Amino acid sequence: MIPVAHILTLSAVLFTLGVAGVVIRRNAIIVFMCVELMLNAVKLAFVGFAYGMQSMTGVVVVFFVFVVAAAEAVVGLAIMLQMFRNRATLNLDEINLLKW
Amino acid sequence: MADFLYVIPALPLLGFLVNGLLGKFLGKGFVSFCGPGVVGLAFIVSVLSFLEMLGAPHQSLTQGLFPWIQAGEFSVRIGLTVDRLSGLYILIVTGVGFLIHLYSVGYMHEEDGYYRFFAYLNLFIFFMLLLVLGSSLLLLFVGWEGVGLCSYLLIGYYYDRPAAASAAKKAFVVNRIGDFGFILATLVLFGVFGTLEIVPIVSQAAAKLTAGGSLVTLITLLLFLGATGKSAQIPLYVWLPDAMEGPTPVSALIHAATMVTAGLYLLARLSALFVLAPVTLTVVAAIGAATAIFAATIGLAQNDIKRVLAYSTVSQLGYMFLAMGVGAFGAGIFHVTTHAAFKALLFLGSGSVIHALHHEQDMRKMGGLFKHMPVTGVTFIVGALALSGFPLVTAGFYSKDEILWQAFSSPAGGNPVLWAVGAVTAVLTAFYMFRQVGLTFFGKSRVDPHVQPHESPWTMTLPLALLGVLSVAGGWIGIPHVLGGPLHLPNVIEGYFEGFFPAMPAAEAARQTAGLEVALMAVVSVCALIAMGMAYRLFSARLETAEALGKAFGPVRALLAGKYFIDELYDWIVVKPIYWISRTVLWRFVDTWVIDGTVNLVGNSARWLGGALRLTQNGIIESYAIGILIGAVAIVWYLVF
Repeated sequence: MIPVAHILTLSAVLFTLGVAGVVIRRNAIIVFMCVELMLNAVKLAFVGFAYGMQSMTGVVVVFFVFVVAAAEAVVGLAIMLQMFRNRATLNLDEINLLKW
Repeated sequence: MADFLYVIPALPLLGFLVNGLLGKFLGKGFVSFCGPGVVGLAFIVSVLSFLEMLGAPHQSLTQGLFPWIQAGEFSVRIGLTVDRLSGLYILIVTGVGFLIHLYSVGYMHEEDGYYRFFAYLNLFIFFMLLLVLGSSLLLLFVGWEGVGLCSYLLIGYYYDRPAAASAAKKAFVVNRIGDFGFILATLVLFGVFGTLEIVPIVSQAAAKLTAGGSLVTLITLLLFLGATGKSAQIPLYVWLPDAMEGPTPVSALIHAATMVTAGLYLLARLSALFVLAPVTLTVVAAIGAATAIFAATIGLAQNDIKRVLAYSTVSQLGYMFLAMGVGAFGAGIFHVTTHAAFKALLFLGSGSVIHALHHEQDMRKMGGLFKHMPVTGVTFIVGALALSGFPLVTAGFYSKDEILWQAFSSPAGGNPVLWAVGAVTAVLTAFYMFRQVGLTFFGKSRVDPHVQPHESPWTMTLPLALLGVLSVAGGWIGIPHVLGGPLHLPNVIEGYFEGFFPAMPAAEAARQTAGLEVALMAVVSVCALIAMGMAYRLFSARLETAEALGKAFGPVRALLAGKYFIDELYDWIVVKPIYWISRTVLWRFVDTWVIDGTVNLVGNSARWLGGALRLTQNGIIESYAIGILIGAVAIVWYLVF
C-alpha cells in the first residue's frame, strides 16, 4: 500500500518540472511537452486522491482530461507545423510579430 | 400694474434676444421696427406704472418675482420696486432711450452690424432698468455691471478701429476700480444689516449706524468711489471723454443721459446713509465742485465736437454731485432729469452734424451749417441755451440755479466758495457751448468743398424736436418759489420729492432770503449771458480775434487742450508701473517659475512613475508566467497555512 502522500509528492515534483520547462525552454515543442507534463502531474494527483479515498470520481475526471489533452495536442501540433513551414524555426523568441 | 412691473425690463431683454439672435436673418426693416418698438412699449408701461405709483400708498410699488440665492442666513430675491426716485428714472431711461433708438434708425442706417447695434442698445436699456428697479443692492449691482458691459461693447462698436477698442478697454478697466469700492461697500452693508434689500437698509440706517461714525463714513466713501467710476468724477473721469469713440447715439444715451447718472442714483437711493456721514458729504461736494470747474476749463479748448460735450457732461455730473454733497438730493435728481433731455439733444444734434459731414468731427472744419440744416441748428441752439442756463425759459436754468442756491445756502455744508465755483463753471459752460455753436453753425463755412451738408431724415430730426421741447419745458416742473410764488406757479419737483429724501440735520439757521436768492440768480445769469454773447461773436464772425487771443494765452491753451495731461500722468504713475510689474515679476518670475514649474512638476512626476511601472510590462511571456506562478503559490500558501 503506497501512501497517498508519496503519490502527491511525485505529482508536485512532476508539475514543478513542467512549470520550469515552460518558463525556461525556448523550443516550442519542448514547451508543449512540458505543458503535457503539467497536465499529467495533475492527472496523477487525481488518481492518487481517488486511490486514497476509494472513489471513482477522480479516475473519471482523468479520462475527461485525456480527451481535452488529445484535442489540445491536435491543435497545438497543427499550429507548430504551420509555424515551422512559414518561419523555418520553432524558437519562441523569434516568433514575436504580434509583440510591440 | 404692480404685477406687471417685470414687463418693463423684460421687453428690452426680449428685444435684445430677438435682435441679437435673429436680427441678422430678419433684415434691417425688422430690426428698425423691433429695436425702438420694445423700448417704446416699455415706455408706455413705465408711464402707466408711474401714474399708479403716484396713487399708491407710500408712493411705492413692489413686485417680488422669485428667490434668487438661498444659502443659510443669506437670501436674495429678485424684486422690482418703483418709487418716486426709480419712477422718474425709468421715465428718463425708456423715454429718452426710445427717442435715441428712433434716432439711431436714421443715424446707423449705413453701418455694418446694424442688428448688433440695436441688440446691444436693447441690452443696455434692460440692464439700466434692472439697475434702477432692483429692490436689492445685489440686483442693483447686476444692472450696474451690465450697463458697464454694454458701455464697453458699444464704445468698441467700431472694433476694427484701434482707438475705439482701447477706449472701450479703458472705460471697462477704470469702471472696475469704482466697482471694487461698490462691492466692498455692499459686503460691509451686509455685515451690518444682514440683508441686501434696500428698504430695510434705508429704514434701519439711523438705528444701526452711529451718525458721523467711522463705519458709516467708510461705507459711504466706498459707495462714492463706485459712483465716481460710473459717473466719471475726479479721479476716475478719464474714461468718459475717450468713450466718445463709440457711435454718437451711444454717447447720447449711455454717456450723457442714463448710465453716467447711475452713480447719482446710487447716492440718492442710499441718501439715508449719506446724511449720517457729514465727512463723506463734504468729500462729495468738494469732488463734485472740483470736477465741475476742472472739466469745464478743459471743454474750453477742445476742437472735437463730441469731446466738448463729453467734458461738459463730466462737468454737469460734477454739478449734480455738488448738489448731493450739500444734501440737496432732490436738486441733484432734478438736474439729472433736465440734463438727460438737453445733453441727449446736444449729442444727437452733434451726431446729425457728423452724419451730414460724413464723419467729420473737427469743429475747425465746420462753420456756416445753420442754413444747410435748420432743424438741427435750431434744436442744437435750444440745447445749448438750456445747458448754459438761459434765464427764465430753459430747463437748465431752473435745475442749475436750484443747485447753485443749495450750494450757497444749504444748512448742510453750503457755503459761498462752493457757490462761486459753481457760478464760474456756469459762466464757462455758457462760453464753451456758444463757442461750439458759433464754430459749428455760424461764420464762414470751412467744410471740405467735396461734402454737401444736408438735413438729416425725419427719424433723426423728430427726436431732436421732441428733446428740444423737453429741454425747455422740463424745467417748468421746478420753478423756485421766489419766481413762481407771485405767479402762483407750484414747484412740482420739490413737492414730488417731499419727504422722500432724509431731512438734513440743521447745522445752522437757514440763511434763505428771497432777495439774496434772486440777486445771486441774476448775477450768474447776466454773466452767463455775456459769456454766451462773447463766445458767439468771437467764434462765428471773428475767428481771427479768437485765434489771436488763443495765441496770447498759448501755454494755458496748450495745458487745456492737453486736458491737463492727466492721461499722461496716469500713464506714468499707474499704467507703466503695472506693465513693468507684469512683465518682469509676474511674467518672468511668477508665470515662468511658479505656474509653469508647478504644471511641469505634475507632468514630470507622472512620467517618472510611469517609467518605473513600465518595467513590469516587458512583453516577455515567461516573466508573466513566473508572476502567475508566484501569485498562485502565494494564494495557496495563504489558504493552506
